[in-house]
Amino acid sequence: MYPTDRRYSKDHEWIAVDGQVALVGITDFAQQELGDIVYVELPQNGQQVKVGDVLGTIESVKAVSEILAPVAGTVVDANQELDGKPETVNEDPHGSGWYCKLQLADAAEVDSLLDAEAYQKLIAE
Amino acid sequence: MNAGAKMVSFGGWHLPVHFGGLIEEHLAVRARAGLFDVSHMGEAAVRGPQSLEFLQRVTCNDVGSLSPGRVQYNALTTQKGTFVDDLLVYRLAADRFLLVINAACTAKDLSWLRSLAEEFEVEVEDESDRWAQLAIQGPYAAEALQPLVPRPLRELGYYRFIHVDVDSVPCLVSRTGYTGERGFEIYAPAGEAARLWEVLLDAGAAHGLLPVGLGARDTLRLEAKLALYGNDIDETTTVVEADLGWIVKPQKREFLGRDVLIRQLEGGVSRKLVGFEMLGRRVARQGHPARVDGRTVGRVTSGSYSPTLKKNIGLAYLPTELSRPGSGFQVEIRGRAEPAVVVPTPFYKRPKRSRPAGNE
Repeated sequence: MYPTDRRYSKDHEWIAVDGQVALVGITDFAQQELGDIVYVELPQNGQQVKVGDVLGTIESVKAVSEILAPVAGTVVDANQELDGKPETVNEDPHGSGWYCKLQLADAAEVDSLLDAEAYQKLIAE
Repeated sequence: MNAGAKMVSFGGWHLPVHFGGLIEEHLAVRARAGLFDVSHMGEAAVRGPQSLEFLQRVTCNDVGSLSPGRVQYNALTTQKGTFVDDLLVYRLAADRFLLVINAACTAKDLSWLRSLAEEFEVEVEDESDRWAQLAIQGPYAAEALQPLVPRPLRELGYYRFIHVDVDSVPCLVSRTGYTGERGFEIYAPAGEAARLWEVLLDAGAAHGLLPVGLGARDTLRLEAKLALYGNDIDETTTVVEADLGWIVKPQKREFLGRDVLIRQLEGGVSRKLVGFEMLGRRVARQGHPARVDGRTVGRVTSGSYSPTLKKNIGLAYLPTELSRPGSGFQVEIRGRAEPAVVVPTPFYKRPKRSRPAGNE
């Protein structure tokens, strides 16, 4: 069951909003597809992104995946724990495996993303 | 697929990349044992009075040095000394051989062999559909397999094979492998594969045997510096450039590519396949350019994170003058030049056994 407290992008990121800031990460589906994650490239604080801009990358043994900004905003924090323990993304992708925190440019943009039910339908295809 | 495998398409086959986790499977093979379904590999039977002469002509290694019951790593070479494929040659009898070839090259190899076979009294038959292949690899592979085999495996020497029953199924079992660990490759009639897979998993459970997918197969062979056709070797690379000069036998009077290869063995080559390590955290992969002072000097042919060494390693063709261990260069990864250094290979060598075992 995908958590209903957040929204999802077609590129398998999730975004959980708290006022004007939001946590962003990759979904359980994404971490399964990637396999064992060995390196996470985090964004810098202050980095400004539009929808679809590359925030950074997550690298597994077999593949590398770009993390795209699901909404516009400014990076205000990144999960430094992933630097030493990239496997946290595999173990807890929706919790302690969060990727970065964004100050939202426009909180309403989140509403146009998929809800849990729609995302689950997407990955079932 | 019943084992919960994550599947991928490869060369017309539907294959498992991993079952539970690549790193876990990889480490299991190094510490205990792993079971691979490699039935996608191709097999060709070569028989007839001129089988040996034919194989001597189309390969660079000395097939004549094989007595029945022995296996050899070899290559089908072009006139330019480059690879049509790398393969194992099993000598079944004086005039009967089994060739084990790469899945993606099966059709090409057979077509190549058949056209060259016209000059010889020999038959080449595609037996790929007849055989399934399972590989059991790791320090406990023999312990896991022995209960199913009525003859002592410790008597089976390295690069030798026997015809023997595995769980009462007549098989060909060789002491060969593609992981850098001790182990066996089991050729079984295709129809028996599914059952043997289950039986082997059961028998091996007590020794911590895990099913292993293609993902870990690749990281294991890379650490052992075993070439992968299509990555490290192909029709544009010669056997000597690929650092496989040891399979070229100059005493063989005549074979495809002999002139080029002898010249390269004697006079050197302008580029070589070398092993390298990345200094940083980003992973080098096939196709990434190798650069020195901003100039492209070569290309990465294989690259990955190494679960055993916990570093990023890879293989690349570099100019010979830059190919010595310690030589530094950069790999361009998604627009950034990342530092790398040439290292000796293999990256990993299995430890010598402390307890008595069969021949290596």
